[in-house]
This record gives sequence, C-alpha cells and structure tokens, in this order.
Amino acid sequence: MGSSLRIVNGRVYDPANGVDGEVRDVCIRDGKIAADAPPDAKRIDAAGMVVMPGGVDIHCHIAGPKVNLARKVQPEDHRYDVHPRTRVTRSGTGGSVPSTFATGYRYAGLGYTTAMEAAVTPLGARHALEELHDTPVIDKGFYVLVGNNVLLYRLLQEGRLEEFRNALAWWIKVTKAYAPKLVNPGGDELWKGQRNANITSLDDKIGPFELTPRKVIAGFIEAATALGLPHPVHIHCNNLGHTGNVATTLETMRLAEGRRTHFAHVQFNSYGPAAGKSQTNPTSGAREIAEFVNTHPNISADVGAVMFGRSTIMTGDAPLAYMLRQFGGTKWVNADTENESGCGIVPFTYQDRVYTNAMQWAVGLELFLLSQDPWRMVFSTDHPNGGSFVTYPRLIRLLMDREFRKARMAEVNQKALDRSGLRDLSREYSLNEIAIVTRAGPARLLGLTRKGQLGVGADADVTIYEEDPDKEKMFSAPRYVIKDGELIIEDHEFRVDHEGRLLHVAPDFDPGIEQVIEPFFEDFYTIRFANYAVDDRYAPHHEIIPTAPQAAGARP
Amino acid sequence: MSENLKFVPHATCTFCGCVCDDMDLTVDMDEKRITKAENACVLGKAWFREHGIEQRPYALIGGREATTAEGVEEAAQILARARFPLIYGLSDTTCEAQRVAVAIADMIGGTVDTTTSVCHGPSGIAFETVGESTASLGEIKNRADMVVFWGGNPAEAHPRLFSRYAVTPKGMYIPNGRKDRTVVLVDVRRTMSTPVADIFLRVKPRSDFEVLWALRALVKGRRVDPSIERRTGVSLAVLEDLVARMKSCRYGAFLFGMGLTMTRGRHFNSGALLALTTDLNEFTHWVAKPVRGHGNVTGADNVVSWQTGFPFGVNFSRGYPRFNPGEFTTVDLLARGETDAILILASDPAANFPKAAIEHLKRIPVISLDPKTTLTSQLARVAFTTATYGINVGGTVYRMDDVAITLRPAFESPYPSDEEILSAIRDRVRALLGGNRVPAVAPAVAAAS
Ligand code: SF4
Ligand SMILES: [Zn+2]
Repeated sequence: MGSSLRIVNGRVYDPANGVDGEVRDVCIRDGKIAADAPPDAKRIDAAGMVVMPGGVDIHCHIAGPKVNLARKVQPEDHRYDVHPRTRVTRSGTGGSVPSTFATGYRYAGLGYTTAMEAAVTPLGARHALEELHDTPVIDKGFYVLVGNNVLLYRLLQEGRLEEFRNALAWWIKVTKAYAPKLVNPGGDELWKGQRNANITSLDDKIGPFELTPRKVIAGFIEAATALGLPHPVHIHCNNLGHTGNVATTLETMRLAEGRRTHFAHVQFNSYGPAAGKSQTNPTSGAREIAEFVNTHPNISADVGAVMFGRSTIMTGDAPLAYMLRQFGGTKWVNADTENESGCGIVPFTYQDRVYTNAMQWAVGLELFLLSQDPWRMVFSTDHPNGGSFVTYPRLIRLLMDREFRKARMAEVNQKALDRSGLRDLSREYSLNEIAIVTRAGPARLLGLTRKGQLGVGADADVTIYEEDPDKEKMFSAPRYVIKDGELIIEDHEFRVDHEGRLLHVAPDFDPGIEQVIEPFFEDFYTIRFANYAVDDRYAPHHEIIPTAPQAAGARP
Repeated sequence: MSENLKFVPHATCTFCGCVCDDMDLTVDMDEKRITKAENACVLGKAWFREHGIEQRPYALIGGREATTAEGVEEAAQILARARFPLIYGLSDTTCEAQRVAVAIADMIGGTVDTTTSVCHGPSGIAFETVGESTASLGEIKNRADMVVFWGGNPAEAHPRLFSRYAVTPKGMYIPNGRKDRTVVLVDVRRTMSTPVADIFLRVKPRSDFEVLWALRALVKGRRVDPSIERRTGVSLAVLEDLVARMKSCRYGAFLFGMGLTMTRGRHFNSGALLALTTDLNEFTHWVAKPVRGHGNVTGADNVVSWQTGFPFGVNFSRGYPRFNPGEFTTVDLLARGETDAILILASDPAANFPKAAIEHLKRIPVISLDPKTTLTSQLARVAFTTATYGINVGGTVYRMDDVAITLRPAFESPYPSDEEILSAIRDRVRALLGGNRVPAVAPAVAAAS
C-alpha cells in the first residue's frame, strides 16, 4: 500500500469496463486503481504484454478440516512436488492438495488474487480461518455448509420460515462465511443415520424429517434471496457424479424460479443416461444444461472441468466419495460433523483412456463452448476435484486453441468422444472471454464490485502476462503480479510476501433467534453455544461485503 | 480465600485431548488461583488447581537469572548458529504458538517434530496408508449405539470421554443415553475402565493385530480357525458374536488409545483398526477416532500439516519440507547424536525419553519454554518461564476430533506467552540471518537426489 505504479504500453483486457485489448495506461495509488499516478510513480513497461485484473476463483477447496485431512492422507503426493522457500517466502509442498503457503504463492504465481474455499462446516470455520490466515497473497473467503443442518431442517419442517431465515443469517455471520452452500441436500442424514444410504431424487424423504431435497433447496433459495446476499445460494446438486443426473440438475435449476442461484461444478451434474450396452457409462448432458443456463439469466454456474491426471476427490458429499473409493485405490476418508455435515475424501486419477473420465473431460469443454454468456458460466476445475488449479493454463489453452484441443481429443477414449458433442464444436475463446470467465465473471457473480475489473477505485489486483501464441505457457507464469497495489511478483519472482484479506458477509438477523438456537446446542452439540461464534481475532485483515439491505441502508 | 472472586464461564480445560469447553471457573483474583472448576473431572480439577502463578525467574541462562529479552537474544544466537537444529514439543500450547514454532524451523532450515511422534505417530502413519472414517465427538454422542474402546483406559486418562461424549450422554438418536448403547472394551488387562463395558475382550499382550485381522476376515465372511483363541486369548465364538453386533448396529465408533498404537505392531495395529472400520461401512455406518492425550496435540498435527503437508517429523534443511519418521523424529535424531541445538516447547522429554536421547540433550544447547520447572528446563541453556495456555493465555486449541476451540483465560500471568517469546525469537533470528536461510543446493537437484 502507499506506493504508486503506472503500467504503460500493455494491451488491457477489462471486460467489466468494456476494454477489449486496447493499449492504455493503468495507474495505481494507495492500493486502488486510480485515474492517474504521480510523475515519480514506478513505471512498468508492459509492451508486448497483456494486462488483466487478478484472477478470481469462485470455487475451490484450499483450507479447512477436510482439506487438511486430504493433505495429511497423501504424503506421497507432496514428496515429488516441493515448494522451496525463498529469502522472503515460506516453503511448502504441492501435489493436488498443497500446503497453505504453497497454495497462496501458486495462485499468485498464476495471476490469481482471490479464491473462495467452497465447503466449510460451521464447526470447522475456525479451523478454515486459521488456514486461510496462513494462505498468503490472495484475498479469500469460504462458503459455509448449511444444506444438511439439523436445526435448520427442523425450523423448515415446522414452517417457521422467519426463524429459518434468521438462523441462516446467524450461521453465516457467526462463522464469517461468504455464502451459504448446499451439498447433496438431505444426503447426510441418510448416510449417517440409515446405514450409508443416499438421496436419489428431489422427492425422497430425508430420513426422520418431513422434508425432501426439493423443499430444502426451495427454502434456502427463498431465505437467501430475502437476505440479499452478495452471492446467492451455491448448490452442489443431488446425484452428483451419477449417470443420468442431468434430469435432477434441471429440476433443481427450475426450483430457482427466476431467483439468482449458483450451481457449482455443473460438469459433474451434466451426465445423460447410460449409452449402449453399458449400465453406467454416461452420455453427455452438456447441451441441455448449457441451454438451460443460456436461457435463464437468474442461473449462474462454474464448470468444474476435469483435467487428466492426479486429483483429490474431497467433498461434503460423503456417499459420492464412498462410491468413488472403489476406483480410487486404497485410501478413503470419511468425516462426520455433528448436526451439520458429512465429508468424503478419495485420492483419484483421471485417465484419458477411461470412458467415464474422457466423457467428463469432454462434458466440461462442451459446457464452456456451448455457453452463450461467459459472465454466467465461469471457470473452475472444482480444485482439486476435477484437477488442480495449476492446470488452469492448460484448460485456458484447450478453450483458446482449437488445434491443441483436436490433438488432445485424438488421445482420449474415442467411444466417449463419439457420444459427446465435442467434435462438433470449433469455437475458440478470445482473450476477452478468458478475462470474463476467469476474473470479471466470477467477481460479478460474487458481488465483489471492486474485483475482476480495472476501473478507478477497483482493488489494484493486476496481472501482466507476456503474450505468447502458446496460451498455456502465457498463463502459466505472469511477468508481474500486483496485489493491493504492491508489486508481489516482478520478472516472475517473488519480491515480497503479502497477506491478503478475508472476505465475508455479516447479514442482519433478529437477535431473538439465539434463544431458539441455544437450547439445541445444549442438547445436541458438544461445544457450548457461547464458544461457537468465531471472533474477530480469526480475521485480522478482513472486509465485510454488504448485503443488499445493508448497502441500501448505508447509502446517503 | 479473598472476596475478590471472578467468575469465568465456558472456559476450556486443556489437560487432555477431550478439551472440554464447559468449565465454569471461579478465580480468586488476589491469590491468582482457580478455586472452583465446575464440570471438570478429577484430572481437570487438579489441572486448574495446580496452575497458580509460581515465583520463577523470567528466564535462566546457564542457570543465571535473566530477563526475557536476554533469553530471546541467547536463544536466537543459538538457533541462528546451529547447523541441524530441532524444535520439539508443541502439543501443550496454542495453535498460534505452534504456527510460529513451525515458521522458525522453516526459516532456519531445521526440523520440527511434535509429541505425536511418541504417542499416536503410528496412527498418523496408518492414516496415511488407509485413510480413516471418523466423526466429531457430537456424532458419537448423538448417534453411536455401539462404542468400542481399544487399548485405552479413559476412566483414568480421559474421564469425560465416557460422561460427556461417548458412553452415558443422551443424544439425538440415543434418547436413553447409556441404555441405548452397547459398550465394548478391548484391552490386555482389567482397568478402572473395564466396569463400564457390556462386553470386555481381554486379549493376550502383543496380539491386537491378530484379533483385528480375524475380525476383518469375519466381517468379510471368511473362515477363521478356532486356534485364534490360543494365539489371542479370545475365542472364535466371542469374535463372531462381536462381528454380528458390529454389522447390525446403526452407528458404530471405535475409540483407540496408545495401548494399541505403542505396542507390537504399532502402525500395523492402527492400520488394521482403520481398515476394519472401512470394511464395516459396507454394512452400516462406522467411524474411528484415536484418543489423544495432550491438550493440543491435535492442533499440532493440524498446524504442521497445513504448513508443510506432513503431520510431524518434518525437516526443512533442503529448503522445503521433508517427512520421514525414524529419520526426522526427535528420539531418533537425539539418540543418533545428530541434533546440535534444540528448542523444546511445552514438553519434558528429559523426563520420559530413552536414555541415549537424554544423554545427547545434556550435550547440546537446549532452549526450553515451560510454565513450570521440569527436568528439561533444568538442563536447558536457556529456560523461559511462560504463562499457561488456557489459564493465563488465550488462543486456539483443537480437540481430539479436530474441532477448534477458542480459550478463555481465567487470569493474567506476569510471564509472557509461548507465542510472544517465539515471535521475538523468530524476529531476532530473521534479523541475524537477513531473511530465510536458503540452502545453496538448487532445489531441483536436491529433489531428484
Ligand atoms: S476429560 Fe480431559 S479435558 Fe475434560 S475436564 Fe477432564 S482432563 Fe479436562
Ligand atoms: Zn467443490
């Protein structure tokens, strides 16, 4: 902070402000984009380079209890991919679940400056915040798992909708979360309470509750809409990963009924019915999903593309991880959280010769290439579920470079490819579209008005890439990365360390709701109500993003 | 007793891995003493009673009284000079202090190891091998209708594991508490815990692995030879009955202790138990949980894991974390005489390590941080007196089930916290080294060799 910068001669991609590859100056003052910089400001000559806002990852798994279990369970994955310290930065290890320091530096090293951890149990919030505090450079936040919450279920079941909404707001606020997350709604109760069963349709009864996933999802969309959260309900649909799940996904999307709703890693929810003689090999459902999203402006999604190679399945969807464990090898982790969630972890490898994996890869690419609105179908691999975030440059090349894509297509399972629509798609993404799906779009979906753009007053999170016909190379190692106006990476090297901010929301609620919540704690939690809310010490650098009513109230 | 009493509700006991957060404390503020700890078990009561403020020098350097600042300078000089330094302990302090301890090890290219390497290290290794189905303690309270304690004596070591979490408490689907649960205890001898069990399996010493493997075979429907009884002391009929119960319960939980992990078989034992848990999930829901001893050993595992990727025994001398139990674990490093300086954080290895390791401790500069005088602090070159976590110092502690809890200190101590001392040491070492110490060998070369 404090220092000034003037970036000159670079081709600027700032889609939020309609700037598409113009050569123009970008000025920085006091950590923000400014109209001008003082004459003595440091100059960066970006001739032959592309200037973009810092990347924004709307959905990844980088911190918290399940991530740390996934880290701990794979020493072999860290050993070959070390992250040495420098004079100014900490050491760490990589692999598909890097240590916290390696995570922050590697995101920054790709030009990303914001990332959202997509699934934290409320009880695990304190842990997640401690890890995020040790995740350098980037700004970060997390989505809190509320879709299997027993007390919220009880309120919903009893039709106590106002209390339901207040309790939801309470849970988001006291955990310092950014958005409410639903994962396989209803699944945990069956998993934990009914001998590892699972939900199979939106109309299944959820164990002992007089509720169905349909009712739960609608309830959350309703409440979150009323709260005016900057990012709406973030949904991991039922039947994720299952052949034929496209029907469930479309049904779930319809439940939004015009209200903003975000669908996570839809690739995993875009499988058509089984093909040919096989009972399980899915066809592609990408076209149906893409069409629905294209024609429903209230719906947004991140793709959750699959990239071949090492990954880690880590999810609140415990039955899914259990199912995948038969393909994953020897290790399986399951972790139940009282009254709140389940969790499953399986180390996994996507293989291009395997029908299902090739289909998943194709479906992800199809979703990108069929999307007509890059602002609402944004970039993700559901790191590390579909692949590590370090594969992003390759995914960008797959989208931007038809010939590269074709060459890759020749190497994958051809039966799967035949049954996908990928062969028919010749579209190539432009740099402007890449800037939308990797920064401007996610920032807008998150309601982060000062991110993903380079207008005056925006956060000075800027990435400068050297132009290169090989887009994978270009996006792999930016020449400069600026965070909050500070030059963190210069000539591809870290110059200083930096601590980013926690981004969270604090929706208002009727304080009377605590009288409803507290007795439940005394009966069914093993931590005292008074010790549950996370205090400000866990967010030493933070920014509260206002809800719609708060923003309206604050206006003069 | 004075009139100057303070009430501190919802405080947390850090004496054992149960980390009970329902301590309602009464503090005599004149005497700086906790006079009452409501809800605490006998161990917790003793913990709170014994931690008043003792009159000790802030620091001792070579046995001579010194200020904290002088101690920091001496400690920093020792660590900056050392070629193969080790930071050990960590499990009886806050996560905030643990984070700084790992940072120092990283900066100087030393080794960091925790007491996990001498207690549940084998469970950590087993976890890396087969994974684990596990749960927060509240799930066990709310759902577990069958609980199996293996190789532990909670009645004497973790009393409230029975009363607050796993045996007697009523839960959401366990409305009648104890009556709704089948409780099994497996051990090599009768202990104070035995009477709590519906079923007690007395196994012959050093045969836990065989019992577990036989159970796995039976769960999978394989034949087990009746000679198992001669080997293990447990008859085939008993094992078959147990398996039938395990398969038919609704939610089962194993809670296993050092009687399993530190006896013959070690990580094979933990691995067999975790694999059995996985196997049982074919039939019904099962979880397993190592019962951890020290108050924040689980925090230490978590902190070291998120900062390095590995849970304990991590070396940074090549510029990045490497994990190798046996090579980078403290007993081994000391016994082989490799360590040339050691910082011991809230632990007393001089009291319980093997002789060869203690002999080496006497030969090298030791830096100790402890609220009390210990055998370790007595042989230290620099001994800091610190405030006690949970009693005088706030911060974060992880329960044995990975649930993080914020401490509510009862009264202030004149002594600094571990975190404060470590932060000062870190800053001073950084100044002495001019930043992180970066090894001369190119990392790529080192990684390949
Ligand atoms: S069970 Fe452990 S944490 Fe709980 S009160 Fe007793 S000693 Fe303290
Ligand atoms: Zn995800």
